[in-house]
Amino acid sequence: MRRALTALVLLAAVGGGVAWWLTAPDPIPESELAGLTGDATRGQAVFAAAGCASCHLAPEDESAGPPVLAGGQRFVTQFGTFVAPNISPSPQGVGNWTDAQLINAIARGVSPEGQHYYPAFPWTAYNKADLQDLADLVAHLRTLPPSEAESLPHEVPFPFNIRRSLGGWKLLFENRDFVLQADLTPEQERGRYLVEALGHCGECHTPRNPLGGLRTDAWLSGAPDPAGDGQNPNITPAGLQWSEGEIVAMLQSGFTPEFDVVGGEMAEVVRNTSQLSDADRQAIAAYLKAVPPIESPAPEPGTGDSTAEE
Amino acid sequence: MIRTLSLAAVAALGLASVTVAQEGPTPEQQAVNARQSHMTLYAHNLGKLGAMAQGNAEYNAETATAAAASLHHLVQLDQSGYWLEGTSSEQMEESRALPALWQNLEDAGAKHEALMTAVENLQSTAGTDLASLQAALGGVGQACGACHENYRVPQN
Ligand code: HEC
Ligand code: HEC
Ligand code: HEC
Repeated sequence: MRRALTALVLLAAVGGGVAWWLTAPDPIPESELAGLTGDATRGQAVFAAAGCASCHLAPEDESAGPPVLAGGQRFVTQFGTFVAPNISPSPQGVGNWTDAQLINAIARGVSPEGQHYYPAFPWTAYNKADLQDLADLVAHLRTLPPSEAESLPHEVPFPFNIRRSLGGWKLLFENRDFVLQADLTPEQERGRYLVEALGHCGECHTPRNPLGGLRTDAWLSGAPDPAGDGQNPNITPAGLQWSEGEIVAMLQSGFTPEFDVVGGEMAEVVRNTSQLSDADRQAIAAYLKAVPPIESPAPEPGTGDSTAEE
Repeated sequence: MIRTLSLAAVAALGLASVTVAQEGPTPEQQAVNARQSHMTLYAHNLGKLGAMAQGNAEYNAETATAAAASLHHLVQLDQSGYWLEGTSSEQMEESRALPALWQNLEDAGAKHEALMTAVENLQSTAGTDLASLQAALGGVGQACGACHENYRVPQN
C-alpha cells in the first residue's frame, strides 16, 4: 500500500501539471514507415519470437492450428488486472487498423486514438524491434483467423486507470536502448535482439521498481512472480550454471539438464522458443552467457543492502 | 473417466491412510516424498532417452526401448496417497504442488492421462530410429510441462 501511494503521488506529479506536454504520445513518423512492405511468411518467425500468442490467445485455448487471437487472458499486476484484447483480423479486433497504427501500438505503445497503452503489453521491449520485422509481423497477423469476441475492460483502479499518466511513466522508464552495452559478437547481438526486443524475457526475469519499471541494474537477476507463489528465476550467469547446449535444449524441448521440465509461465515461452531456428536458440544462449552475473535478490539502488521484500 | 475418478479416489484414499502415522515423517510428508520421488524417477529415465535425443549419447534402439518401457511402467503405477488433501505448497513448505491441483482434480487427472498417451507413443516408437525417438520425446516433454504449467510453483 505504501508503494501504491508513492506511485500515486509520483504519477500525479509527472502526469499532471508541468509535464503535460511531455507526456503526449510520440508515434513513429510516417516517413519512416512509408515504403515498408511486410512479408507474412517471414512474419511468422517474428510472431513466434515475440510470443504474441502467449497473451492474446483465449484463456485455456490449447487447440492446434493457426492461433485465434481472441484475447481474454487476465494479467495480475501491482496496479490492477489487465485483460488482453482481441487482436485478430476482425472488426472487433484490429482488422480495420492500418499497418502504421499496428506498428505504433506494438513499438510505441500508442493506440490509434493517440492514447498510451499500459506496459502489461510489452511494447517496452518491442520498441527495440526492427521496423521491417514489425511490418512482417503485421502482415502475418492479417493472415490469422478472425474472432468476433469483444475486448473486455481492464480492472484497474484510480489513478492507474488514467492513461494520460502513463506518459509520465514512459518518460521515466521507457528505454529504447539495449540494456547490455558491450562489444558483442554477431551471434550475441542476435541473442540480445531476441531476448531484449522480441522475446521480452526481462519482463518476467527482471525485478521491478515500485512504479513497475524494470530495474536494468538488476537485469535478468530474477523476480517474484506477480501472480503469487514462487520466483521467476535468476538467469544471469550468477544464477544459471547451465552450458549453452543445455540452455538451447531447454528452449527447444522444455527439458532442464536434470530432465525436469520447466513449468509455470515458462512452459508457454517454450511453446514459442521451440518454433525458433536452432541458430536463434543458440544466439539466446550466447547472450545469456554474456550478461553480467548478478546475485539475487539484487540490492535496491541507493540502499547498499538487500531490501527485497519477502 | 475411470482415470479421472481414480484421482479423486486417490485423494480420498490418502485421507484414509492417515491413521498409520507414528514417529518419523508425518503422512503428509510421506505423501510429498512419494510423489517427488516418483517425479524424480520420471526425470531419471528420461535422462537416458534425452541424452540420445540431444546427441550426447549414441542412439541405441535397445537402450531406448528399455528406458521407454521403464517410463511406461512408471506412468502406470498407482498414485494412491500421493495427492493427499492438505499437502499443497501453501500447507507444506517442502512441496511445490499448487493448491489449484486440488481445485481441479479432474483436469490434473486428464493431464496425467495425456502423459500416459505420450509415453505409450514413446514406447512404441523409441526403438524405430533416432528421429522417431526425438519426436516422441517432444510429446512427453509437452505432457510433463503442461501439468507443471498449471499445478507446480516455479522454482524458488
Ligand atoms: C505479456 C502479455 C502480452 C504480450 C506478450 C503481447 N501483448 Fe498485446 N496486449 C497485452 C495487453 C495487456 C494489452 C492491453 C494494453 C492496454 O489496454 O493498455 C495489449 C494490447 C495490444 C494491442 C492493442 C489492441 C487494442 O484493441 O487497443 C495490440 C495491437 C497488441 N496488443 C498486439 C500485440 C502483438 C502483435 C504482440 C506480439 C508482438 C503482443 N501484443 C504481445 C498483452 C500482451
Ligand atoms: C511470462 C514470464 C516469463 C517469460 C516471458 C520468460 N520466462 Fe523464463 N522462466 C519463467 C518462469 C516462471 C521460470 C521457472 C519455471 C519453473 O521453475 O518451472 C522460468 C525459467 C527459465 C529458465 C530456467 C532457469 C532455471 O534455473 O531453472 C531459463 C533459462 C529461462 N527461463 C530463460 C528465459 C528466456 C531466454 C526467456 C525469453 C525468451 C524467458 N525465460 C522468458 C518465466 C518467464
Ligand atoms: C499430473 C501432473 C504432473 C505431471 C503429468 C508431471 N508432473 Fe512433475 N510434478 C508435478 C507436481 C504437482 C510437482 C510438485 C510436487 C511437490 O513438490 O509436491 C512435480 C514435481 C516434479 C519434479 C520435482 C521433484 C522434486 O524432487 O521436488 C520433477 C523432477 C518432475 N516433476 C518431473 C516430471 C516429469 C519428467 C514429468 C513427465 C514425465 C512430470 N513431472 C509429469 C506434477 C506433474
